[in-house]
Amino acid sequence: MKNPAIIGKSIPRMDAPAKVTGRALYADDLKMPAMLYGKILRSPLAHALIKRIDVSRAKALPGVKDVITGADIPQVKYGNWRLVPQSQDELALAVDKVRFVGDEVAAVCAIDADTAQHAIELIEVEYEELPLILSVEEATAEGAGLIHDESKGNVSLVRKIDYGDLEEMFAKADYIREDTFKVHPVQHAYLEPCSCVAHSEEANRVTLWTSTQTPYIVQCLLASTLGLPENNVRVMKVQVGGGFGGKMELRPWEFCASFMAMRTGRPVKFTLTRADELAFGRRRHPMSIYSKVGFTKDGKLLAKDFQVMLDGGAYNAMGPTATFLCGTFGNMLYNYPAYRYFGRHVYTNKPPASAMRGFGAPQAAFVAETQMNMAADDLGIDPIDLRIKNAMQTGDVIPDVATISSCGFKECLEKVREISGWDAKRKDPKPGKGLGIGCFSFISGGVFNWFNTKYNFSAAEVSVYEDGTAQLATMACDIGQGPDTAMRQILAAELGIPIENIRLIAMDTATTPKADLGTWGSRVTLMNGNAVIDAARKIKEMLIPVLFEEMDLNQIHDIGFEDGRVFVKANPKKGLTFGECVYKALRGRRGEPLTARGFYTPRNKGLVSPAFSFGAQVAEVDVDTGTGLIKVEKMYTAHDCGMPINKMAVEGQLEGAIQMGLGYALMENLIMDDKGRTLNTTFLDYKMPTAEDMPPGESADVYTYEPEGPYGAKEAGEGLAIPTAPAITHAVHQATGYRCMETPITPEKVLRALNKIK
Amino acid sequence: MAKQNIELIVNGDRYEVAVEPNRMLVDVLREDLGLTGTKIGCAQGDCGACTVIMDGVSISSCLTLAVEAHQRDLTTIEGLATSPQELHPIQESFVQHGAVQCGYCTPGMVMSAKHLLDNNPKPSEQEIRQGLSGNLCRCTGYNKIVEAIGAAAGKMASSAKEG
Repeated sequence: MKNPAIIGKSIPRMDAPAKVTGRALYADDLKMPAMLYGKILRSPLAHALIKRIDVSRAKALPGVKDVITGADIPQVKYGNWRLVPQSQDELALAVDKVRFVGDEVAAVCAIDADTAQHAIELIEVEYEELPLILSVEEATAEGAGLIHDESKGNVSLVRKIDYGDLEEMFAKADYIREDTFKVHPVQHAYLEPCSCVAHSEEANRVTLWTSTQTPYIVQCLLASTLGLPENNVRVMKVQVGGGFGGKMELRPWEFCASFMAMRTGRPVKFTLTRADELAFGRRRHPMSIYSKVGFTKDGKLLAKDFQVMLDGGAYNAMGPTATFLCGTFGNMLYNYPAYRYFGRHVYTNKPPASAMRGFGAPQAAFVAETQMNMAADDLGIDPIDLRIKNAMQTGDVIPDVATISSCGFKECLEKVREISGWDAKRKDPKPGKGLGIGCFSFISGGVFNWFNTKYNFSAAEVSVYEDGTAQLATMACDIGQGPDTAMRQILAAELGIPIENIRLIAMDTATTPKADLGTWGSRVTLMNGNAVIDAARKIKEMLIPVLFEEMDLNQIHDIGFEDGRVFVKANPKKGLTFGECVYKALRGRRGEPLTARGFYTPRNKGLVSPAFSFGAQVAEVDVDTGTGLIKVEKMYTAHDCGMPINKMAVEGQLEGAIQMGLGYALMENLIMDDKGRTLNTTFLDYKMPTAEDMPPGESADVYTYEPEGPYGAKEAGEGLAIPTAPAITHAVHQATGYRCMETPITPEKVLRALNKIK
Repeated sequence: MAKQNIELIVNGDRYEVAVEPNRMLVDVLREDLGLTGTKIGCAQGDCGACTVIMDGVSISSCLTLAVEAHQRDLTTIEGLATSPQELHPIQESFVQHGAVQCGYCTPGMVMSAKHLLDNNPKPSEQEIRQGLSGNLCRCTGYNKIVEAIGAAAGKMASSAKEG
């Protein structure tokens, strides 16, 4: 299918000039008259009863305007899974009990940040320590104490998937392997620490500027926790300095800023420090995973038994979704005649884990892909051949999940084999060098309505004007990935007007149409893109009659929209400029503006996602067997993201994903002590790849046309963060014989496997 | 703490401010002068988001006391473009090469790039990567930033020749 020229074009981001000049405004850049500065007092203990809090000295400090504790706030618990109210387990400030080091206990606001900090230090809290539960094994052991007294155990959610006859298939298998893996926690490490400013001009109404991926979710949950109608809460756009899943919930500081802004009548700002983020912030789930997989002797997959315990930390956060997706991605990529998944989300006394780029899939795929490579070795089949033999393709049905409507996986495998020089390099391994593969698939937005929204999942409002310009209003959020540009490319393609003529109003819950569920699960391009197309086509329906009337057209004609003109397709010279056409339509409508709303909600697309991306990645490594140091020399990637809307933005996602995947595999790790404290709370100690650490890359695009996507597009943001760790693991195995089953891969582990250290 | 009067010359403009001796330069730039283009990513000198140029040397403004900048010549991200329409070649190159995603590291990256090119107008790729090793980015994977700086260096060299 041929797309309009602007689709796929590498148009520079429209917000880039503001960002390179420092004009772009992020939450912490906002300053309002009479603004107060907020600070949070956090628990130093991982599990304890709060016996007494004395805020009197803090309140008496000159310049302090408000001090609040859990006793002062409405006792309405929140959490993103509104569909399952018992999963909503958080209060902005702890009541009676703290459950992790960093649990929020009190908040103050004062005339300046130093005074607020001083006030925090004057609050006295008396705790009674409780036994700590710091692993999923301890949490699920018989007789374990409860982290949430009202829950039945420490398992907060169970997800089961079961299809095919597992026992029968394992009985048929010629080759079965069972392995256990452990994956570690890492952090989003977005460069912008969380920040927000709240202001309440009218009584019982509040406006919040916040660094979020999900303004609509924040609006709804803030309203319920403040005891206000949703309509009384407005969440507004600021630039967001990265998110990667870490900014998709209501957060305590958003609540405290809003609550105290209403109490004091003055704007209140909270900004976190990097130490706050690293020590107490959300993180990717550590997991304990058991996987048993069966093949025929010629490599046909028969069955998988996949059992996962997610270390969720003290609250559910987005853990339930990660538990679901971990199950979904335990059996993606390949066709399994029988599959059983048993996933448990477990409370521990650690900072809560939540969504992070891939949302359960990186962990599941690390295990699935590593086992695939182990099986290939044992079966004596080339790892790429083994994958091709079992690869999903377009039209495949995953029971109870989805029908794959576009899939370029096999092509990706062939492509990555070619560009990496796989066959020659694998056959003739050099000492210390290795080549390894990892693959991925990911969703293009979710179908399951866990937020229980009453609105469409995505919406867009398009207005057009007689000067030939248009306005696009949408709640969709650009957190760096680029929809502010991509959505305008889609609208420009539909209306045939220059992209510069489109003004965007985004991320304002009061003025943009209801709703958009936010930036997560790689949903924005497909879902919001479809809503934009829907709105644009409604506008076109308003404009087309003008041409028929003006040109006295026979009804067999079709109308084109290109190059700023509206014209008769059979005779393109016949037509009007876009602006003229709008002008005449306005006259015909007796002044009623030309505005249309478009919507998208996936329907009849199973329970998981309307579309899936696919891809394969090869890592080439050099391991120094003297020091154990692993150098990734090159990354080769072939990926199927459907038809890209903006090619440069897709490349940016790929390259950024390799940075994050490399860090996950080799460097990043949140180190915890036996008191539940995170020890590496600076970027000096939490190592992530710098410009010097990045390997060169080569990539190949495999274009499929996703019928459900706008102009054939599907996800390109998260899936690419999945394959890097298993590919490097595989390559290190070829180089050294060491197979990582417990991430990350460190020089120490390599040397231990080589018997060079004890 | 008793405040001290200091004089800052920022992007050619002279400011007189009274600051506590323990205040960091980044806070004075952002809060007292309203120059919020300089970002705080860690406040510990690890991430480079607060990079500014002081007397020709790139510094972490989160590790520099404001009083140390007394009567020194400072350039921040706001001082690079001659007008909103006319970006500095490094800025223009960042825009064109897709070197910007969330944009939070961008001002610091651009300032580090400027310092690099001021001192080494024709850097190799490796030298560019070394020049950026004090600046963290979590979105781009750095490649497009490195490309953008290389392209800007080429452009600046050829326009210098013409000029």
